[in-house]
Amino acid sequence: MSQPAAEQTLPVPPRLPMLRTLGLVAAISGFLVVLTHQLTTPLIEENKRIAIERALFKVVPGAVSRRDFLLTPGGIEPDTGTAPVGGMRIYAGYDEQGKLAGVALEAAAQGYQDVIRVLYGFDPACQCIRGVQVLKMAETPGIGDKIARDPEFLRNFEALDARPDAAGGGLANAIVSVKAGSKTEAWQIDSISGATISSRAVARMLDDSAQQAVPVIMRHLEAFGDAAGGTP
Amino acid sequence: MSLPARYENVTADTFLRGLWKENPVFVMLLGMCPVLAVTNTAINALAMGLATTFVLLCSSALVSLLRKLIPKQVRIATYIVIIATFVTMVDYAIQAISLDLYNALGAFIQLIVVNCVILGRTEAYASKQRLGAALVNGLGMGAGFTLALLCLGTVREILGAGSLFGVPLFSENFQPWVVMILPPGGFFVLGAWLLVFAWYRQRRERRLLEQEGVTTDGR
Repeated sequence: MSQPAAEQTLPVPPRLPMLRTLGLVAAISGFLVVLTHQLTTPLIEENKRIAIERALFKVVPGAVSRRDFLLTPGGIEPDTGTAPVGGMRIYAGYDEQGKLAGVALEAAAQGYQDVIRVLYGFDPACQCIRGVQVLKMAETPGIGDKIARDPEFLRNFEALDARPDAAGGGLANAIVSVKAGSKTEAWQIDSISGATISSRAVARMLDDSAQQAVPVIMRHLEAFGDAAGGTP
Repeated sequence: MSLPARYENVTADTFLRGLWKENPVFVMLLGMCPVLAVTNTAINALAMGLATTFVLLCSSALVSLLRKLIPKQVRIATYIVIIATFVTMVDYAIQAISLDLYNALGAFIQLIVVNCVILGRTEAYASKQRLGAALVNGLGMGAGFTLALLCLGTVREILGAGSLFGVPLFSENFQPWVVMILPPGGFFVLGAWLLVFAWYRQRRERRLLEQEGVTTDGR
């Protein structure tokens, strides 16, 4: 059944030209990619820094400069960026006098379509959340995406109560979302009517993150020091 | 045995074909994935179109230059490596230009690698033509693709958000037609544009046919 004659007539693949061409193309490709990477990396880093600072200065009123910290099991350490240590990143914002104006943390939770990521600002002076900025979301335009812009909804975060409890293991009152227009307590979030799932996601991510971070932040407040890096 | 290589002379048609007669989106219906996915605003559509044009132009040029060196057996692998290189460059460049734009376009920048407009052009045209013709044709195809994306992007943004390139067009009373910036809107608008193009083409063909009828059998 085999057809040796047919097999013999198959042309032999030109090995050398194949290797030569693929090698040449791979070399050109590698050169171009590395060149682009080298040229654009500083610009991309700068863009990322601007994006973080733009969001930070919105959620921490009065902040003009920033330093990064890491929330580790042992407390709060400056983020030197040398070794990737596990833990939450905390951006500390300082006012014009160089005093701590507030800290900002990232929080995330599953929204209606995809994970919603926000940056929220915590003010240790009033022990409350002072602002929320959506970093990434895929909520329905016109409905769920109101969490980023709706002025009524954003008013929830002018002074959202986030006091730690007496034992220091969590918040005194869990942050919860309530039906639109029925907010009675400082730790409640008025939902957007029609966008309950997105509103609830915001409440849940703030609660999750603040339950862990706020007690530690309040215990180690002196670790943030001032804008110059010293301790007050 | 093999046919002599037939090189095309660069004419206006080499460029214009991509815009009209062989428009990658409205005529060939290629690359539908970014066409439907990132045309929710005019600026996204323009950025995607320009990114694709850059990749198309550069990979056409390189493939055309290397056409005599590439053995038939590994040509697709070679094309993919070349295309992926330029896509990676665009990916970095867009991050450097604007992170907001990069986030809006999402994974579709990387997906330019598998855009069949580009692979189709390199395989069917650039690998057989001289550098000049490949460049001009690639530019035409890229312009046609960008134009088609803009056609969708402007309509969807005007109807779905009441603005154009982010500039509001209507008074506060305008109620945006939100479905237009959602995925179904992409299909609606694409369908409408295809209808317009097909109607126009048919009308022109009928007119040509009528003219021929007059000249051949004198009716």
